Amino acid sequence: MKGTLSNVPIAKELDIVGARQTGRNIANDLGFSSVDQARIATAISELARNIYLYAKKGEITFQQVEGVAPVGLKIIAKDNGPGIKDISKSMIDGYSTSGGLGAGLPGVKRLMDDFDIMSSDEGTTIHVIKWLR
Amino acid sequence: MRIPILKLHEYLLISVQVDLDDQTAMQFQEDLLSKIHESGATGVVLDLTSVDIIDSFIAKVLGDVVSMADLMGAKVVFTGIQPAVSMTLIDIGIHLQDVPTALDLEQGLIKLRRELEEK
Ligand SMILES: Nc1ncnc2c1ncn2[C@@H]1O[C@H](COP(=O)(O)OP(=O)(O)OP(=O)(O)O)[C@@H](O)[C@H]1O
Ligand SMILES: [Mg+2]
Repeated sequence: MKGTLSNVPIAKELDIVGARQTGRNIANDLGFSSVDQARIATAISELARNIYLYAKKGEITFQQVEGVAPVGLKIIAKDNGPGIKDISKSMIDGYSTSGGLGAGLPGVKRLMDDFDIMSSDEGTTIHVIKWLR
Repeated sequence: MRIPILKLHEYLLISVQVDLDDQTAMQFQEDLLSKIHESGATGVVLDLTSVDIIDSFIAKVLGDVVSMADLMGAKVVFTGIQPAVSMTLIDIGIHLQDVPTALDLEQGLIKLRRELEEK
């Protein structure tokens, strides 16, 4: 089993909960520990909320990948929103343009193993991977 | 969806049994503050045993609940935080040092009583 496992559209607030539950179930099926399941679910929650808050809509895609370990869960958060004005600032703890804690993106980076971000005025795509150890 | 808030003597007890979405979390914040106001409760035990994820938004709501309750004269204790949840909280850089925590509801009540007697 490889490739795309699931695709969750984000368009309303409750989709955030749906996405993290889907992600947790997939992580559980792939054999991740309960702590890693919590990390993965939390990261999805942050990414999905950012889509909902800043881009209004987008989608989260789950893929099973192979690489530094035989099994990894890749999560792609994609939107066609306004993009992140200053990517390097957005990665600093406490930086928020919405009065939030500013813990989301730097938190996701620490929760996951690989983190990749692309953003322009045409939207934002974030790729993260957690490897099964 | 609404989270039930129980009153026991001068304390309020809440056991969160749902996966907290934003709306439910905000509603809970509002309900708890008005309940503190109505009842004059001096302590709140918030049991998080069934909560298996706390992200930055929920952490902010919970932190705000603690400071607002404090302004209204009620001390909040968190109980039952799952090990996996406390680990992810550290990963996202959220430290609950200022909030008293306890293992379970019973320990939470004991802790509250002690904290309130110290005042
Ligand atoms: N998908 C996105 N589209 C546009 N801007 C974004 C997106 N994601 C994040 N940002 C910008 O990056 C900033 C930092 O995001 P981050 O998630 O770290 O913090 P936050 O959402 O402001 O607060 P928190 O996540 O702690 O509640 C945001 O304030 C926002 O300006
Ligand atoms: Mg965020």
